[in-house]
Amino acid sequence: MDFSNFLLMRQEILLLAIVLLLVIAEIFISQPKKSSIVHLAIFLFGIHTILGFFALEESSLFGGMFQTNGLIHFFKNVLNVGVFIILLQSADWLQEKIVTHNRGTEFFVLLFSSLLGMYFMISAGDFLMFYLGLELSTLPIAALAAYETAKRISSEAGIKLILSAALASGVSLFGISMLYATTGSIYFNDIIEVITSTNLTILGFIFFFAGLAFKISLVPFHFWTADVYEGAPISIASYLSVISKGAAVFILMILLFTVLKPLMHIWENIIYVIAIATMFIGNLFALRQQNMKRFLAFSSIAQAGFILLGLIIGNQLGTATVVYFVLVYVFSNLAAFGVVQAISLQTGKENIDDYEGLYRTNPNLSLVMMLALFSLAGIPPVAGFFGKFFLFTAAASEGYYLLVFIAVVNVTISLYYYLLVVRAMFLRQSDNAIPFFKNKLYMRLGLLITVLGILILGLYSPLYNYIFELSSNFN
Amino acid sequence: MDILTLFITIPILTVLALVFTKGLKQARIVSMVGSIVQLGMAINLVFAYFKERAVKDNIMVFIQDFVWYEQFNIHYHVGVDGISVSLILLTAIVVLAGVFISWKMPDLPKEFFISLIVLSIGVYGFFISIDLFTMFVFFEIAVIPMYLLIGIWGSGPREYSAMKLTLMLMGASAVLLVGILGIYFNSDADGGALTFNILEIAQVNIPFEAQKLFFPLTFVGFAVIGALFPFHTWSPDGHASAPTAVSMLHAGVLMKLGGYGVFRVAMYLLPEGTLHWTDFFLVLAAIGVVYGAFSAIKQTDLKYINAYASVSHLGLVLFALLMLNKTAWNGAIIQSLSHGLLTAMFFALIGMIYGRTHTRDINKLGGMMKILPFIGAIYVITGLAYLGLPGFSGFVAEMNIFVGGFQHPDMFHRVLTVLAVSSIVVTAVYILRLVGKIMMGPLETNNTENLPKATWYEKTGILLLIIPVIGIGVAPLWLSDMIMDSLQPFIQGLL
Repeated sequence: MDFSNFLLMRQEILLLAIVLLLVIAEIFISQPKKSSIVHLAIFLFGIHTILGFFALEESSLFGGMFQTNGLIHFFKNVLNVGVFIILLQSADWLQEKIVTHNRGTEFFVLLFSSLLGMYFMISAGDFLMFYLGLELSTLPIAALAAYETAKRISSEAGIKLILSAALASGVSLFGISMLYATTGSIYFNDIIEVITSTNLTILGFIFFFAGLAFKISLVPFHFWTADVYEGAPISIASYLSVISKGAAVFILMILLFTVLKPLMHIWENIIYVIAIATMFIGNLFALRQQNMKRFLAFSSIAQAGFILLGLIIGNQLGTATVVYFVLVYVFSNLAAFGVVQAISLQTGKENIDDYEGLYRTNPNLSLVMMLALFSLAGIPPVAGFFGKFFLFTAAASEGYYLLVFIAVVNVTISLYYYLLVVRAMFLRQSDNAIPFFKNKLYMRLGLLITVLGILILGLYSPLYNYIFELSSNFN
Repeated sequence: MDILTLFITIPILTVLALVFTKGLKQARIVSMVGSIVQLGMAINLVFAYFKERAVKDNIMVFIQDFVWYEQFNIHYHVGVDGISVSLILLTAIVVLAGVFISWKMPDLPKEFFISLIVLSIGVYGFFISIDLFTMFVFFEIAVIPMYLLIGIWGSGPREYSAMKLTLMLMGASAVLLVGILGIYFNSDADGGALTFNILEIAQVNIPFEAQKLFFPLTFVGFAVIGALFPFHTWSPDGHASAPTAVSMLHAGVLMKLGGYGVFRVAMYLLPEGTLHWTDFFLVLAAIGVVYGAFSAIKQTDLKYINAYASVSHLGLVLFALLMLNKTAWNGAIIQSLSHGLLTAMFFALIGMIYGRTHTRDINKLGGMMKILPFIGAIYVITGLAYLGLPGFSGFVAEMNIFVGGFQHPDMFHRVLTVLAVSSIVVTAVYILRLVGKIMMGPLETNNTENLPKATWYEKTGILLLIIPVIGIGVAPLWLSDMIMDSLQPFIQGLL
């Protein structure tokens, strides 16, 4: 075996090296300088993100267990950029609340391990690798959700996440074993050739789908979402809502469009129903939320429902629109979470009511928040509009006009609650508004990147063209 | 840069300049300069259009075409015909007048002017777009600043009104989105490629089943912003709560997007769907005309009166468009322009009265003519023009519409036309009663003798609006020429 093949796993190896490097660095950094671990981690991960942009050839390793191609590589970069933004946004929180308790390194080790799990999950060429990746990505996150041990609600979030995740992965594994029973293989390439829609296969698919639907928090597997987002540290909540969800959507899409393509007449109906339920439940529950984190939790459930509109058509257009939407969603949602994080860190306030009169005291933060919410709501000319429009176009291209109609009704509902936050920030005036404060460099950088993403991604069309070309790999 | 794209770039530059201004004085100067440049360009465009038309016989002139999203065949594609040129001119006039009327904006002036100019970007972009996607983008850009404009600077139940208006209009545009996608995916019916290009889709024979399905979606999507009954309820609340300049811009310009969109997209691209649905929507439009007029009689708030009057007069635009003949169409376009100017003038005057007396209740106002002669006189003139007195633009428009309506020999159209004509009488009732009560009547106690007279910026704003009103009324031919010329493709497509 030629060892140069391992270069295909460049991203994974590099990330593993960073994890080990941080563990070693922990030993050598003296106690008074502990906070420099944050700078080191951000620096290393920044380099990792930049190196990721170098192209990688398309091939597979270990007899097809591990595969990579242009689109997978691109999507890993999307995840990298998302995690990098999260690191920038949570740097201040880490330095103030976590490093002082001497738990800084573990945070990064756990976070990067989880990301490593996602790499393996989306690069999987068989169900074994997929399952290993899934577990590796979930377990560290449960620990991170419970990271603020001083808060009872944080521990509760950790327990809720680990219990439901364990159940979900068990169900998923059960489904995989049924698929193995009917097809006689766990390699994707072998399964494609022999899979037929027998009853057991369909049952296996449904169990398997339920496991992934849990990670994407599709209705009816969404119950953990709001509680966990509320309890977990904000950086972990944003990681769950963007990175974890994005990776799960991606692998689900790959499996549906390739391995499970022969079952399309089954899964398109399932997705149709779940899309409608997810959009309505997410949006209707978001209407009455007071806590910003719960609010964004339900909003992200609704967004997942919109993503299904791209999945349902199962072709190149669907792939491209879904990947593009996830990319846009990373920037939009992280901008919103970033502002919540900045305000929460400075004042500890997380309710929508607390945001009243924010524009008059902190105009820049309010504008970032407004852009983020407009992008989530899908209002032009910001990127979210293009993401949603293309998803709707994808669904309409196969004649799902009724579904698109239901989706646009939901867009209008969602606009209402996004405007509630805008109302609090801009329309209301308050005597005890959050006073003016200046963000530190990392936070400002983190917000700046998201804003640039929101403004540029939509208007700059070559990016979508690039994604569209990469998407031909799977169809 | 070409002549049309400048209409988007100049406001964008104005907005960028506004970001760096400090305080009211700088903000209003920058906005004024930007809007004056814009008006200059609009006037220049009219002349350039006549010159270009003299040598070219295309449907659209000054066409620019850039590919934007290749996979979806989305282009940045602009061009104008006589209808859009006249509406662009209207927009430029009303925006400039709006800037003058907002000369003394006390709260967050910079943000106010930025939102106002952003709104105008949407409107200009909408009128110059030939690509459905670009058009839709600009449509939404024009709607969303309304939320902030009404919500932050409005009065009364501003949060409620702003939310209601935004949700209804965005809901309508969501429905419109489905319609546009439906048109897009049927644009290859003749074997060509899928396209968003209006001119190309107009040549395609979209299957009748699709037309029947997507016409109501597209029509309603646009007509909600044109205050189609029963989707007009956002309009009175929104206009009553909005600050003066926003009411002007909204009733004067933004609501015209509805009629224009209905005509250019729904009717032009889906002719068979139009014929199938026309009677149904004609009845709705006629109800709107009469209902709006009668509602206006019962109101006591000046802004509500004007808002319901707008529902009635814009109902007339939709009514005329659905009459499906050349005369009525001509009337519809002129009515759009005329109503835009007149209603903007009304709202400006109401704003001035309210700014001095702090009430809009007609029971508390009286004898304004004695204490505010300029405002009073203009108010009377506007009122007379509004009810269709010959010599003003309103007469030209309504004459065309009703003559067009009567050209149909059948009972159905005749009855509806008679009903719509009756709205003129009702309009006369509420306008004349209003003028009699608040302008001529006895002085009310809360009116002090020493209210400030109209200032120079208020007069400038008013003059900007009244000159074209009289211009259209006295010499409608140049406008009619421009419009009639551009109606040709519609006539070929629909009649």
